[in-house]
Amino acid sequence: MIEQLDQIFVLLLHWILAWLPAALRPVTGVIINVATIVCVFPALFAICVLLERKGLGRIQNRYGPNRVGPYGVLQPIADGIKSLTKEDIVPLSADAVVHFLAPVVLVVAAFLGFAVLPMGRNMALVDMDASLLFYFAIGASTELSVFMAGWSSRNKYSLLGAMRAVAQMISYEVPLLMSSVVVVMMTGSLSLVKIVEVQNQYTYGLPHWYIFTPWGFAAFVLYAIAGTAETNRSPFDLPEGESELVAGYFTEYSGFKFALFFLGEYLAMLSISGLGATLFLGGWSAPFAFLTWVPSWIWFFGKMMLSILVFIWVRGTLPRLRQDQLMNFAWKFVLPLTLVNLFVAALWRFMGEGWMRWAVCSAILAVIYAFMCRVGMRREHLGPREYRYAE
Amino acid sequence: MSLAFLFISALTVAGGLAAVALKNTVHCALALTIAFAGLALLFLDLGAQFAGFAQILVYIGAVAILVVFAILLTRGSETPKDGVYSKHWPGGLVIAAAVFAVLGWAILRSAPLLPQDSATPSVTVAQIGQALMTRYVLPLEIIAVLLTAALIGAVIVAMHEKEGAQ
Repeated sequence: MIEQLDQIFVLLLHWILAWLPAALRPVTGVIINVATIVCVFPALFAICVLLERKGLGRIQNRYGPNRVGPYGVLQPIADGIKSLTKEDIVPLSADAVVHFLAPVVLVVAAFLGFAVLPMGRNMALVDMDASLLFYFAIGASTELSVFMAGWSSRNKYSLLGAMRAVAQMISYEVPLLMSSVVVVMMTGSLSLVKIVEVQNQYTYGLPHWYIFTPWGFAAFVLYAIAGTAETNRSPFDLPEGESELVAGYFTEYSGFKFALFFLGEYLAMLSISGLGATLFLGGWSAPFAFLTWVPSWIWFFGKMMLSILVFIWVRGTLPRLRQDQLMNFAWKFVLPLTLVNLFVAALWRFMGEGWMRWAVCSAILAVIYAFMCRVGMRREHLGPREYRYAE
Repeated sequence: MSLAFLFISALTVAGGLAAVALKNTVHCALALTIAFAGLALLFLDLGAQFAGFAQILVYIGAVAILVVFAILLTRGSETPKDGVYSKHWPGGLVIAAAVFAVLGWAILRSAPLLPQDSATPSVTVAQIGQALMTRYVLPLEIIAVLLTAALIGAVIVAMHEKEGAQ
């Protein structure tokens, strides 16, 4: 029974396919899988938006949406209907074709990332050899859609926002990749399914998640920073900083296209959370050995939503960075730390079992981190923010 | 020739032609991106996953962005009405045709010399990694040093300009 609950979606798919002639099965299977992804994640997007508006409301000492339905839970549906029925305005001077293609490319690329995430035991749509590489390759192509949106709008705020977004995404893509590389080094595989399987082991009832190692913890923190910047979330949301750039690269979008950008942003957030959970938090594996009876997909989606809550919490807590701080932080702090972490991971690999490697690796990371914070950042004038009035 | 191959090659050729023929420079860059994507799909169609994804990561994720940035930071997105055609385009056409002819000739000549395996060779990413770390480690290191030198050079060039401006 528990086994069946764990595999319920796989069994359901097989049950549906059994009704069809053998020739149609592979094609129908793929279509059903894709349709599921295309339905489930926008539904999660609606939940995320509600959580975000409610959560931010609480953090900012106000109620948040509370008019549509009980406690405002139907607010996302109302928003969806509103954006579907609103007029779609394209500026007269805009480049119509590119202006139209930009949100489409963004959302398609955002959806493609989910294809390789293992959302449960036997629940990865595509289990290929190089799935991590696929994920990052697809993620890299979202930058182009952001540029397309900003450039085709023929609006200075859009263009500035797009330039900021592209520069930021390229800068933080390097640490994002480098912090994931340590996981590949340890697993010896680029396959996300394999990475989760390696972490799905228990000693004394505790899991072998990569976050519970010095290099894994450091890589996870760096990954979280880079991932937040990569999805243009606060405190790295300069590309859409409303006090400076109206809405950044999607200033000139309205109606459903605006909704698509919104959807693309949240899908990117969900997929980067899913990848982080897969790489460092054991994907669909349970946090304790005695909890392995809980279906694997509950753990995956639970970890994903927990990361979303952290995203919301961070957004409600931290103020926005300045552009120079953003770039300095990426290139002078995050990137060197990821490089050190690569070295530490290699050391961990070759030091063999025992408490010795725990001590040495943790010490190296702690010393480098303290040095970078205390000495390096002070020299680069990256200390606490100072506000001066305009002279 | 499968349907997928025909479709992908048509996309690639169309992207390449549009990159040459369109008037607006940014449109040309975007069309070039379509050609890059088509090439990546061709690699994937041939079963070369690593090459395909590396093509997307490097060319669409980095080179296309670099091209677009270069266009915007140098001459702006304003392009003259009559396009940006060079006066010497027939010469360029001749050179391109000559390069294409040489490549085609070399490939056609070398085809009979290669072993005629009908089955597609399956090269996994792990095998590529093994080869890079053992047999081809020297070329890899040389390229790494070269790229690092280029990177440092670029940073130094940028630094000097900044000092001069102040």
